[in-house]
Amino acid sequence: MRNIWTIAKREYDHYFASPIAYAVAFTIFLVLGIIFALNIFYYIQNSFQSFGSAPDVGPITGAFTFMLVLSVPALTMRLVSDEHRMGTMELMLTAPVRDSEFIIGKWLGGFLFILTLIVVSLVYPIILNNLVTPGIDQRVMLSAYLGLILISASFLSIGVGVSAVFSNQIASFFVTMIIFVFLWWLVGFPAGMVPVGGNVFSYLDMKTHFYDSLNIGVINLGDLVYYISLTALGLFTGTTAVEMRRWR
Amino acid sequence: MIKVTGLTKDYGARRAISNVSFDAEQGEIVGFLGPNGAGKTTTMRILAGYMPPTDGEALVAGYDVVSESLEVRKRVGYLPETVPLYTDMTVFDYLKFMAELRHLPNMEDRVDEAIEMVGLEDRAMGFIGNLSKGMRQRVGLAQALLHRPEVLILDEPTIGLDPSQVVDVRNLIRNIGKERTVLLSTHILSEAQNICDRVLIINKGRIVTEDTPENLQARLVGSERVILRVRGEADELTTLVGKVKGVENVELKPDGTIEFDFAPGKDLRPEVARTVIKEGYDLLELRPVGMSLEEIFLELTGADAKNK
Repeated sequence: MRNIWTIAKREYDHYFASPIAYAVAFTIFLVLGIIFALNIFYYIQNSFQSFGSAPDVGPITGAFTFMLVLSVPALTMRLVSDEHRMGTMELMLTAPVRDSEFIIGKWLGGFLFILTLIVVSLVYPIILNNLVTPGIDQRVMLSAYLGLILISASFLSIGVGVSAVFSNQIASFFVTMIIFVFLWWLVGFPAGMVPVGGNVFSYLDMKTHFYDSLNIGVINLGDLVYYISLTALGLFTGTTAVEMRRWR
Repeated sequence: MIKVTGLTKDYGARRAISNVSFDAEQGEIVGFLGPNGAGKTTTMRILAGYMPPTDGEALVAGYDVVSESLEVRKRVGYLPETVPLYTDMTVFDYLKFMAELRHLPNMEDRVDEAIEMVGLEDRAMGFIGNLSKGMRQRVGLAQALLHRPEVLILDEPTIGLDPSQVVDVRNLIRNIGKERTVLLSTHILSEAQNICDRVLIINKGRIVTEDTPENLQARLVGSERVILRVRGEADELTTLVGKVKGVENVELKPDGTIEFDFAPGKDLRPEVARTVIKEGYDLLELRPVGMSLEEIFLELTGADAKNK
């Protein structure tokens, strides 16, 4: 446990010294800010029509997850690949650290960085809560943020897993991106087209576990299990990749 | 402390080391000597717990490098050949990070201690990326010494250092080697001769021979050869020296010096000197020409190549 924390802390600190992390943070908050403002203008313009609906955090968390698809590959690409390239992998693999602790530490470092961005993004619901009477639906907010955190965890673990396989950062970036694109958009398409097994595809579809449930305030055990399994799978892949390098 | 039996490692179809066996006791400095690609790094990586062998067994500090790898890694200080370091960290932060991974008590004191041992006090707060090759080498060495390991594995520890640093590092290794076990690799023969209690010569993945540097010399030469130089013509003296009991293979060299052999252990130089003086010659020089490790090395590895 202690080793995981030591490695995570180093990675977390490293993000604050790296331009990529600042670029990612800047882009995410720029996009979220624009969407937030547009969302509020929309409700102000239509307020007299009285929809019976109040604004909630859905557009913010929804946009955030989309931004994660684009930015997590950039945040995870160097995590393990760079250790291969610099040769420091030899240092890590001869230190008294388990391969799994190494991978989980890397993942945790990235996860804590995203978590920091998520915490900062709480300004939007706080502002929104002050704008709307009698305030926003707090349960929807909690559920949407829970979803956001789970998605971050699974994205980062996939990114770390891929990074452990490739010693080239660019390769890690693209392969991670392709997996995200596949799980986020492509895998859902065949669901309505194939005669049998359509529910398998829709189960694999990452976004249905979020937009159709957590983001609108519905917490299903199945969705939680899905994201946690995905995280575990990514970390397992990463650990196996490190172990296999030893045997090569 | 180190016990290696029948160690073999294949990289795909290529056999990097084959049936390597040796021991190293506590308080012993063992040198691994061999040309590039001989299998030194592979053997050391296996012993440091970096990768498992294809076959054979290795015990380090009483633990198996495969099944008890973590225990081995806790007790070994390892300096890899490439000296991998996090160049974006300061020397102090880097060593502290490694100390944390090793769960050391009084971490900052231990880091300071290691920095002092390698003499990097004035660069402790500087970024590793800005250090010269020699200084990085010393940071790597500090990392290996941080946890006061029972076994120290150093892959080419003096490469890239300037001559005065080489002397410092050799003294450091010699001091550490008094209590701990040190296994170091080098292709600098004088280095092995200088600091090692025992030398393993490895070539093409096999241990060719193993002995103390002195014995290696004696074993290979089989006799001791001495150069004799006197003032003036030495032609007549050559025959006279040949008459001294035990002296063999007397030769008059073109430069006017005489070379001769005698069986090792029986130093005949005093007898020869007396003869020279008695015959009225001025003795200028009388010194042994030991075969250097360099020659031994070439002989051994060269002979090996001829056999194949």
